[in-house]
Amino acid sequence: MIYPAIFVLAAAISGSLAASRARMRLNFPKNLFTLVFEWFGELGFFCARLFRAALVPPYEFGELLRQCDEIGSKSLPLVALAGAATGVVLSLQTRDSLIRFGAKSFLPSVIVFSIIKESGPIITGLIVSGRVGAGIGAQLGSMKVTEQIDAMEASAVDPYKFLVATRVLACILMLPLLTLASDFCGIFMGWIANMLAEPISLRLFLESGFKNALFSDFIPPTLKTMVFGFIIGLVSCFQGMRTLRGTEGVGRSATSSVVLSSLFVVVADVLLVRLILTIWG
Amino acid sequence: MTNQTNDSLIAIKGLRKAFGKQKVLDGINLQVAKGETVAVLGRSGGGKSVLLKLLIRLQTPDSGSIRIAGEEITRLEEKQLNDVRKKIGFLFQQAALYDSLTVEENVAFPLRRHTNQSAAEQKDRVHELLADVEMDQDLEKLPSQISGGMQKRVGLARALALDPEILLFDEPTAGLDPITATEIGNLILELKKKRHLSAIVVTHDVQGAKAYSDRMVLLHNGTIQAEGSLAELQRSEDGFVAQFVGYGSK
Repeated sequence: MIYPAIFVLAAAISGSLAASRARMRLNFPKNLFTLVFEWFGELGFFCARLFRAALVPPYEFGELLRQCDEIGSKSLPLVALAGAATGVVLSLQTRDSLIRFGAKSFLPSVIVFSIIKESGPIITGLIVSGRVGAGIGAQLGSMKVTEQIDAMEASAVDPYKFLVATRVLACILMLPLLTLASDFCGIFMGWIANMLAEPISLRLFLESGFKNALFSDFIPPTLKTMVFGFIIGLVSCFQGMRTLRGTEGVGRSATSSVVLSSLFVVVADVLLVRLILTIWG
Repeated sequence: MTNQTNDSLIAIKGLRKAFGKQKVLDGINLQVAKGETVAVLGRSGGGKSVLLKLLIRLQTPDSGSIRIAGEEITRLEEKQLNDVRKKIGFLFQQAALYDSLTVEENVAFPLRRHTNQSAAEQKDRVHELLADVEMDQDLEKLPSQISGGMQKRVGLARALALDPEILLFDEPTAGLDPITATEIGNLILELKKKRHLSAIVVTHDVQGAKAYSDRMVLLHNGTIQAEGSLAELQRSEDGFVAQFVGYGSK
C-alpha cells in the first residue's frame, strides 16, 4: 500500500511542478507551499459551488442518468476483469502459504474477506479513477479550452449543475455498484482458481468463505467507495474546469485528474479503514 | 465621442478590466440603441473579445457599469443574471458547439432548458432556426463532421433559439474563406432586417463590417480611439485609425 502511495505522491508533485513552472521561478519551497494552499483554497470554493448547484433545483436527471451509464456501465468490464484477476492471484498466492502453515481450509475465508474488505473496494476505486478520472478531466478540459463551457453559461445554463454535479453524483452512486461487481468476479474467479487445484463445489466454497462474515465486514467497506466516487468526481471535474493553455493543458488536466484522484483515494482508504475499525471493530 | 441615447439597449460606462498589470480595457464608454449594429474593430489582443465576455459576465469587470435593457449586470445575482443572459445570443469565435451533441441537439439545448415547449414544438422550432441559416439538411451530424462555416451557422441558430433582443458576435468571419465570410455577413444583415436586433460584432474585417454595421468603434490601448461610419474613420487624422482603416479597406 505504501509503495503505490509514494509513487502517486511523487507523480502528483512532479505534475504540479510542471504545470506551474513559470510561477515557480526562484523561491521553490515558498512557491510550492503557496501553490498547494492555492489549490486547496480553489478546491474549497469549487466544492461550495458544487454543493449549491447539486442541492438547488432544477435538477438535471437526464444528464445524471447518461453519466451513470457512462461511468457505471462502461467501467463495468474493466472493473470486473480487475476484480477477477485479483481473485485468481489471491487464490494462487494464498493457497501456497496456507498449505505451508497447515491452514488450507481457511482459503475460502481468506479470499472472501480480502476481497470484500479491501481488494474489491480499492481496486475499483483505482480502476475508476484511471478510466473515469482521465475521461472527465480531458472532456471538461477540452470543453473549457474550446469555449463550450462559456457557451453553456452564455445560454443561462449553470455548467456546475449540468456538467459537474451530474458527474460527481454519478461517481458516488456507481462506485458501490461497481465494487459489488468487482467483489462478485473476484470471489467467483477465486473459486475457479481454487477448483482447478483442488475440486470444491461453489456452494461449499461460499459457505466456508462467508461462515464468519458479518454485515459489518461487508457494508462499510462497500459504502466507503461512495467517498472514493466523490473524490474521483470532484478532483477530475476540478482539474478539468481549471484547464488553461489549449491542448497541452487538456493533456495535463487528464493526467493530473488520474494522479491526484488516485492519490486521494489511497489516502482516503487509509483514513476510512481506521474509521471503520474504530466504529465497527 | 459616443452617441448618448435614452433608448440604449446596451450602455457601458467607464468599463475597466486588467489581467495582472496589463490593462485590457481602460474606461470604455459605449451605447448601443435598439435595432442598431455596432462593429468593434481593433488589433488582435486589444480587448475586443474581453469586452463581449464582460457584456454577458463570463468575465467580471474591475470597475465600471454595464446596463443591459436597463439592468445593471455587474451587480446581479446568478438567477437574475441568467434572466438577462436569456435576452442575449452569443456567437463564439470557433462557434463553441457542444461536440458530443448533434447539430439538432445543439440548437435544441437552450430550448430544452428554458422553454416549456413540447418535444414536437421544439423540433419544429429547431428546424425553423436551422432553415434560416440553411443548415436543415445536416441535423444528425456532429460538429466535427461539418465545416467551420457550417459550425458558425449552427452556432448562430443556437444563439437565436431563445429569440434574443441582443446578439454578440465574436469574430464571425475569422478563419473562413471569402465566400463563406460574405455569406455569414449577409446572414447578419438579413437578421438585422428581419428581427430588428441590437448587435455588437467584434471583427477585423473592415469591409464586411461596413456592409452590416450602422457604426464602427475602433479599440486601441484599452480605449475607444475612434467611432463613426467607415467614411468618418477614413477621414480621421489619428495615425493609428488611418493606418488600421487604410489596411483594412484594401
